[in-house]
Amino acid sequence: MARIFMKGNEAIAEAAVRAGCRFYAGYPITPQNEIPEYMARRLPEVGGNFVQGESEVASINLVYGSAQTGTRSMTSSSSCGISLMSEGISFIASARIPAVYVNVARGGPGIGAIQPAQQDYLQATKASGNGGFRMIVLAPYDVQEAVDMTYAAFDIADRDRNPVLILADGVLGTIMEPIMLPEEKSPEEVKALKDAKRNWALVGHRPDEKRAMIEPGRFAGQEPANIENAKLYETWDKDIQVEEYLIDDAEVVIAAYGISARIAKSAISLLRKDGYKVGLIRPKTVSPFPYASFANLDFGKVKAILDVEMSIPAQMIWDVQYAVRGRCPIETTLRSGGEIMGRDQILKAAKELCER
Amino acid sequence: MERNLMVAGFGGQGILLLGKLLANTASDYTDKNVTFFPSYGAEMRGGTASCYVVISDEMIGAPLGDAMDDLIVMNQPSFDKYLFKLLPGGTLFINSSIVTAETDREDLTIVSAPVTELALELGNPRVLNIAMLGVYVGYTDILPAEAVMKSITELLSKRADMLPVNTAAFEKGLEIGRAAKK
Amino acid sequence: MEQLVYKRTSLIRPDTSSGFCPGCMHSTVCKLIGEVIEDLHIEDKVAVVFGVGCNGLAMNYLTFDNTTSPHGRACAVANGVKKSSPETIVFTYQGDGDLGSIGLGETVAAANRGDNISVIFVNNGIYGMTGGQMAPTTLIGMKATTAPQGRKAELHGYPMHMCELLDSLTAPVYLERVSCNTAANVIKTRKAMKKAFQNQIDGKGFSMVEIVTTCPTNWGYSTLDALTFLEEEMFKEYPLGVIRDKTEGGK
Repeated sequence: MARIFMKGNEAIAEAAVRAGCRFYAGYPITPQNEIPEYMARRLPEVGGNFVQGESEVASINLVYGSAQTGTRSMTSSSSCGISLMSEGISFIASARIPAVYVNVARGGPGIGAIQPAQQDYLQATKASGNGGFRMIVLAPYDVQEAVDMTYAAFDIADRDRNPVLILADGVLGTIMEPIMLPEEKSPEEVKALKDAKRNWALVGHRPDEKRAMIEPGRFAGQEPANIENAKLYETWDKDIQVEEYLIDDAEVVIAAYGISARIAKSAISLLRKDGYKVGLIRPKTVSPFPYASFANLDFGKVKAILDVEMSIPAQMIWDVQYAVRGRCPIETTLRSGGEIMGRDQILKAAKELCER
Repeated sequence: MERNLMVAGFGGQGILLLGKLLANTASDYTDKNVTFFPSYGAEMRGGTASCYVVISDEMIGAPLGDAMDDLIVMNQPSFDKYLFKLLPGGTLFINSSIVTAETDREDLTIVSAPVTELALELGNPRVLNIAMLGVYVGYTDILPAEAVMKSITELLSKRADMLPVNTAAFEKGLEIGRAAKK
Repeated sequence: MEQLVYKRTSLIRPDTSSGFCPGCMHSTVCKLIGEVIEDLHIEDKVAVVFGVGCNGLAMNYLTFDNTTSPHGRACAVANGVKKSSPETIVFTYQGDGDLGSIGLGETVAAANRGDNISVIFVNNGIYGMTGGQMAPTTLIGMKATTAPQGRKAELHGYPMHMCELLDSLTAPVYLERVSCNTAANVIKTRKAMKKAFQNQIDGKGFSMVEIVTTCPTNWGYSTLDALTFLEEEMFKEYPLGVIRDKTEGGK
């Protein structure tokens, strides 16, 4: 199959349709508007439904309803819009409904800036709503990865009956790149995916069948459900994805995810040409976080870790600190508020640490 | 080999289309990696517009940045605002109809093309971006001119009446670019 | 000769008794829902979306598919269900705080889009489950734990008329206000519910049945005095009747 030149937002939407997504609800917000626009054109072609929700609050609840029928369903938004969805996401996680949502993140806090940022890390990975539920959060660093992760996210959501978040940013949403699209699921496959959930789906059951009872709050007691959920979260070690790039001989290890990691990677090739021993640990799943990659570093060799994020103050650094446990200094180089990380900024910071 | 370009000008000058045609050609007609990153803002019409195109043999790390090999400025405010992004040894392409390149910098090459006037002479003021695309391709040889022309033709597949003036603009630009190289 | 004239609906579990307060009309509403579903023979394809409030207790009594939405979001959830499973007959069951206060946006938007769902709206003029706070439907002068001096127009505005509010929109197909205070009104409520469900089966769009009820516990009345208050005060503010009927033969 030939590569195709596509915008990140549209590629994410197409990947979702190819994965069998047949319902999308969303509300306009920059920089992710091409996702709902694309879905409004594309979903009717495959017998799916698009609804422009009256708000992000309504949109996530439309998805909550649709996903309860066993239909692969999705929404997307950006930062402050994602905050409005918190309640619905918490309900989806509590009721154990599979759903996928995308945060094409922008600057914050508040309305922030419409330009790209990575200021939703802690919200995305630790508390996307009340009640201490967890989700698998995938953080792509180019459009191809955004496509592949979106496609895979629906399988993970179905497997776990849990929401899955794609944590992207304004660069990945609006950039155009050549990509390879995954295979489109056939109508039969899409139907089979839905039918497989019929025993619990909210579609109506005969009196001699077990009724569907979707419970975001349990009358029988919430704690047993929490214990059950915690058991699920403990199975996620196998889902950890991480890229370890040139860390074997590294004296300085950059910690970065998403677009920052991509920019850092290009800085590393320049640094290596000049003889600086710099490597990169790039979490591709930011939840579950690849703690072991950091914990297993050779701290006899590593002088420092450079945490690179488009967030001020830094957020992922909490996870890095947790893994490193004081065994080497952790420095930062940061941007935020819609200002995009510069390669030169990383070069300068990494050189300083190497020369320390 | 990696080459970074920033294109900047008024909204309505076809800034994004210029960048997109270039990037699209690289994607469709070469094996190179390419990224196209449009600036996006709250303004719709009449504001400023800019985009970044990176074409590379290797994986592209930074799809945008403050260290550009090439800079195309289509209006004066863009020249004033973005000149600093051009690397030492970089090439500056200016729409000399409306941009005066007053600078103390001696570490750059300036390629001047009066594309606003040129487009007017061709009878369609909107084709100034296609003319500048020709200038850029003619000067840099970053992509085969025939491949870029194919992308233009594809773009205009539903507006065949617009093809002659766009072809003329592109070819005129190519001439200027190639001449400047000598 | 013995003749069966009344049978408990099979859609309420036989092994449970109602947990609703004495005099609360939710029990009656639940029973009517079961009867209407049986009348229409849709037992195998019906699903209810509960709002948050006393109505949610019903999930323990009903025998068909059910879910709970976040507070106020029932119409959005129901529309999501309906869009992705059009053969399912889906209805929301919401109180006045859920539908008219926190969920006002979702309610109005669903009605405005003409979503093909049925809404059962129970209006008792007060927050029940949380313990008697002021609702958008609380009457002027009526005491609530958050309006200890009683509702004052200059401070709290006026009671909200959801049927009339939705009647200002073009899309809704059927809006009727009923009650369950007398046998005659119970029969009317049942007919209205049946119509709201039938409209959905026929693909006609958004229908809402508002049931004006009592809340003896939080009104602070005996069950009988609550009925008197309902008839003398609530009906004055919320007159019963068909507000809109765009179906054939409707007004």
